[in-house]
Amino acid sequence: MSSSAAGPSRITVIHPLVVRVTHWINAVAVFCMLFSGWAIYNASPLFPFVFPKWATLGGWLGGALAWHFAAMWLFALNGLAYALYGLFARHFAKSFLPLSPGAVWRDATAALRLRLTHRIGQYNAVQRLAYLMAFLLGILLLASGLALWKPVQLQGLANLFGGYEWARRVHFLAMSGLVGFILLHLALVILVPRTFVAMITGRARVPVDPVETRP
Amino acid sequence: MSRDPTEAKRLRDLRREIQPELVTLERRLFLRSGLSLGALSLLSGCDLSTGTNGTLIDRTLWAMSRANDRVQAWLFDPNTLAPTYPASMIDKPFRFNAYYPPDNVPEIDEATWKLDVSGLVSDKTPWTLPRLRALPQESQITRHICIEGWSQIGQWSGVPLKSFLERVGADLTAKYVGFKCADRYYGSLDMPSALHPQTVLALDFGGEALPLEYGYPLRVRVPTKLGFKSPKHIVSVFVTNDYPGGYWEDQGYNWFSGI
Repeated sequence: MSSSAAGPSRITVIHPLVVRVTHWINAVAVFCMLFSGWAIYNASPLFPFVFPKWATLGGWLGGALAWHFAAMWLFALNGLAYALYGLFARHFAKSFLPLSPGAVWRDATAALRLRLTHRIGQYNAVQRLAYLMAFLLGILLLASGLALWKPVQLQGLANLFGGYEWARRVHFLAMSGLVGFILLHLALVILVPRTFVAMITGRARVPVDPVETRP
Repeated sequence: MSRDPTEAKRLRDLRREIQPELVTLERRLFLRSGLSLGALSLLSGCDLSTGTNGTLIDRTLWAMSRANDRVQAWLFDPNTLAPTYPASMIDKPFRFNAYYPPDNVPEIDEATWKLDVSGLVSDKTPWTLPRLRALPQESQITRHICIEGWSQIGQWSGVPLKSFLERVGADLTAKYVGFKCADRYYGSLDMPSALHPQTVLALDFGGEALPLEYGYPLRVRVPTKLGFKSPKHIVSVFVTNDYPGGYWEDQGYNWFSGI
């Protein structure tokens, strides 16, 4: 992936303040949820492996649960603020739509042939799909997490997942999906470091007359 | 160490006597460093010996856990019943679970065992097993969910705690019902959970008198809470407005722990 440095350009706000603030709060919350969650998993592993000690938070099960049930509020309330902003300020519509399977296929094959230009400030179809999936995985994590926290009081929700034991597996699977997204996300930030700066300052130099893709 | 056999036996006995305290002390120390250790090593990756940051983090986590107690008390619906299951779904063998290995299960003498009743109750007469068995019994097949994450379905039967509290003339407007156990475990419930129709003083497990490792002769069974909220081998019930805490809760597990 290369970037278009040639041609006329201007500096513009590509990430609104609300998006930047909720992004970094979410980064902290997800970090706490993942690392404490792995420590909780280790207390009674679902699968024949455990997470290494360095990837856990809380020191022991009681500490890990205290982290998990504190950070969940940060994750949920921050996510809610982001969702409300995304819907009402039309951030979702402007950044993630339109999205069609055809566009995803076109951009995915272009990316695999290293022919997809990264144009800062505008997401290609693969990115749109990835961000949408990450958001949906967040909702799935919240819902399955609630079912695990309150399988009696919220038994209707727990039953949606097939009961307590299945909710554990859904929660784990959704976590795995989100970790996959994060790894891809971080890899791309390392490839195009300007995007990291842009998520802090919100500003980036974009071409005045953007072109769809470049050969 | 002395080679004198009587002295050696005396030391052994002494050691056995302080063992539970030692375990508790170890766990407490583990928690104090535990809550902050992971956080500090991850956030700063350096010195763990100073407690300034750790104390703030510990205090915040503790405050959040108390806030979660209130949220859970609000979420708790006294009329919502825990799901029940057919006998065919009962898990066998059922896991042993305690803060000690199975060979440390307390020895109970049925002839001298009694259940003390104290605090805000009008009748403090201790209860014997035959008297408890004479009360109306309730049976349930419910899911036991451990704080560790695993769950198993079992069958418990015994005296609904609500009818027991009514019978001893307990102040049902008090805040807490506390329990003390023969194995030095202890715990407490909020009154609404204690009065829940599925909360029982269980005498039987799987249709037979509670086996030794599952809480003989009497245990609490609260299917609306995590497993550690159901103390085994209980010897004392008390009703109080002073927060009684619990064995694990005092070390950092969330107190309400409703499910």
